[in-house]
Amino acid sequence: MKALRGAWSLRARLVLAFALLGVVTTAAVAGSLYVQARTVILQKAQDAAVLAFTDQITRTLPPRVLPLSQAVLDDLAGRLSNRDSDVVAVYRELESRGSLDPGTFTPELRAEVRGGHVAWQRMILFGQPVLAIGTQVTTATPDLEVYAVRSLLPEQNSIDEIADRALRIGGVSLVFAVLLALLAAGSVLRPVRDLDVAARRLGEGDLTTRLDIRGPDELAGVARTFNTTADALERQVGELRRMEADARRFVADVSHELRTPLAAMTAVTDVLDEEADRLPGDAGEAARLVSQETHNLTRLVNDLIEVTRFDSGTAALALDHVDVAAAVTATLHARGWAELVETDLPQGVVAELDPRRLDVVIANLVGNAVRHGAPPVSLRLRAEPDWLVFEVADSGPGLAPEVLPHVFDRFYKANTARSRSEGSGLGLAIAWENARLHRRGDRRGSLVAGNRPTGGAVFTLRVPRGPEEKW
Amino acid sequence: MSRVLLIEDDHAVRDGLRLALTRQGHVVEAVETGEEGLARLAATDVVVLDLMLPGIDGFEVCRRIRAVGHLPIIMLTARNDDIDVVAGLEAGADDYVVKPVQARVLEARIRAVLRRTGGEPGGDAATPERHGELTIDRIGFAVTKAGKPVSLAPTELRLLFELSAAPGRVHSRHQLLESVWEHGYLGDSRLVDACVMRLRSKIEDDSAAPVYVQTVRGFGYRFGPL
Repeated sequence: MKALRGAWSLRARLVLAFALLGVVTTAAVAGSLYVQARTVILQKAQDAAVLAFTDQITRTLPPRVLPLSQAVLDDLAGRLSNRDSDVVAVYRELESRGSLDPGTFTPELRAEVRGGHVAWQRMILFGQPVLAIGTQVTTATPDLEVYAVRSLLPEQNSIDEIADRALRIGGVSLVFAVLLALLAAGSVLRPVRDLDVAARRLGEGDLTTRLDIRGPDELAGVARTFNTTADALERQVGELRRMEADARRFVADVSHELRTPLAAMTAVTDVLDEEADRLPGDAGEAARLVSQETHNLTRLVNDLIEVTRFDSGTAALALDHVDVAAAVTATLHARGWAELVETDLPQGVVAELDPRRLDVVIANLVGNAVRHGAPPVSLRLRAEPDWLVFEVADSGPGLAPEVLPHVFDRFYKANTARSRSEGSGLGLAIAWENARLHRRGDRRGSLVAGNRPTGGAVFTLRVPRGPEEKW
Repeated sequence: MSRVLLIEDDHAVRDGLRLALTRQGHVVEAVETGEEGLARLAATDVVVLDLMLPGIDGFEVCRRIRAVGHLPIIMLTARNDDIDVVAGLEAGADDYVVKPVQARVLEARIRAVLRRTGGEPGGDAATPERHGELTIDRIGFAVTKAGKPVSLAPTELRLLFELSAAPGRVHSRHQLLESVWEHGYLGDSRLVDACVMRLRSKIEDDSAAPVYVQTVRGFGYRFGPL
């Protein structure tokens, strides 16, 4: 799930980046358009209003009688006012009566107007945006100032509408940006996810895993690199496997080739043994040596062939219903160990197993205990509901900790000086394989080496047992 | 003293076995090929047969020997190859040894297989016994079914004698291996199974539904009950 979380965070980052890009772009475009439009609209309205106002003042004949009276001012303001604008006329200390108060206007505006200019100013009046325009009526009456206030509400509405539209376009583009981001994230993340799956499969040992290469982008490059690496890996592992198979086949071939001359030699060892006593001097000794070593060599070759059969998977179980106690006793008797081993074998335990392989395992374990351990050697059988458990223990010094992990290795010698004639070096490895060969469903037989708390090595063989065997 | 026909293509193994068996007092005829061996069956008591032969192989030699008579056959298998062993036993071999084999082991097998062809049979019935359609004559070494003689190889005959000596009693494979083949407890029980198959094909009406030699699953074999 870690990989998935990574993918999500990558996706989130992509979406965020796209959304930000969308928002920034939209804001920049819409914002600048808004400002532009607002300026243009207001400018136009302003220009039109100023023009209309000055026109109107020009057309309206200024009063001739000076100084001006309150009535004249009121009349002038009344004539200049219309539907769109309120007007106030100011003459020295007098001002026309109406809703407008010249104090509303900023001193700057007033100063500008008094300076003889036409001046205007945008301001908020009674909560509404307005344009205030001021001018002197003529140079003839320099003290007469006229101010008009025109509502900018229609313009404000237009501008609001533009802003509203810009916002809406921004929102839509944001949605588009997110959608695009998701799409892009998907198209980027699919190859990433494919890569993740493929890498995992490769790691699990499926060396034929390859990625489809789509398009010319960087991810395709990654896929190509992955494929090249997988190719190389497959080739190298294939090469290694082939070499290993060759090596194993070589051992198998050599073993089989050795068997024929050994068969001829073995056939005559009895002749050598019989004649050895009658041969003079060294010849008898030599004959006995040849005979003994022929048997040792035969055992080694037989063990090698047995190992190659396990390696190639051709070792098969020949199952039979076996009286376990009788089988074990037969094994001990056949090798002359009956007197050397203390046995605890419950009678009447019948199990389905390969009696010859059981013989090999028990003979190996007891043989080891007798040769390397100290007496007494004990062999105990326990019939559990699902397992047969054999324990072969001796009373020697036990197995050294550094030896324990290797006792089932092929040709492992605990003591490098150990005499070769004690065994082929494959006995315990073969015993281990024989134990593993017994299986029932997903339960496999096992062979484990350890030490008893009271001293001495103990080998535990467990063979799975079916429910139908409990009688 | 018995006459042993040794069919083995490797000259060293052939020479070695001939030397050893001759010292044990056998008259050994050693040949290289199956064809040569088949031509010398007349003056032979027991055949020791290598399975891997040039020309016709050991299995075929086995079948041809069985087609003309009941000469005991001991196979020499080069490998302890399960398929070879089973195929050889099905072809009619009485016993097998795995090479390399010590002369005294082979010698013991030869004597055991020869004992099955003569000497005192199991049981002491003076008159032929009748079991259903079968008549078993332990003195005359003859078996008839519905009056017609049944031709049995020595091992098959011994197995039938052993089983029918106690009708209804279950014999385990290991017991049969010890009593008929004179193997130890750890002999190969497939010898018994293969021989039972051959015996059934000769005395049963339907080998798939045997009446005389019945299987007791998990235990072994039993003669009858009829």
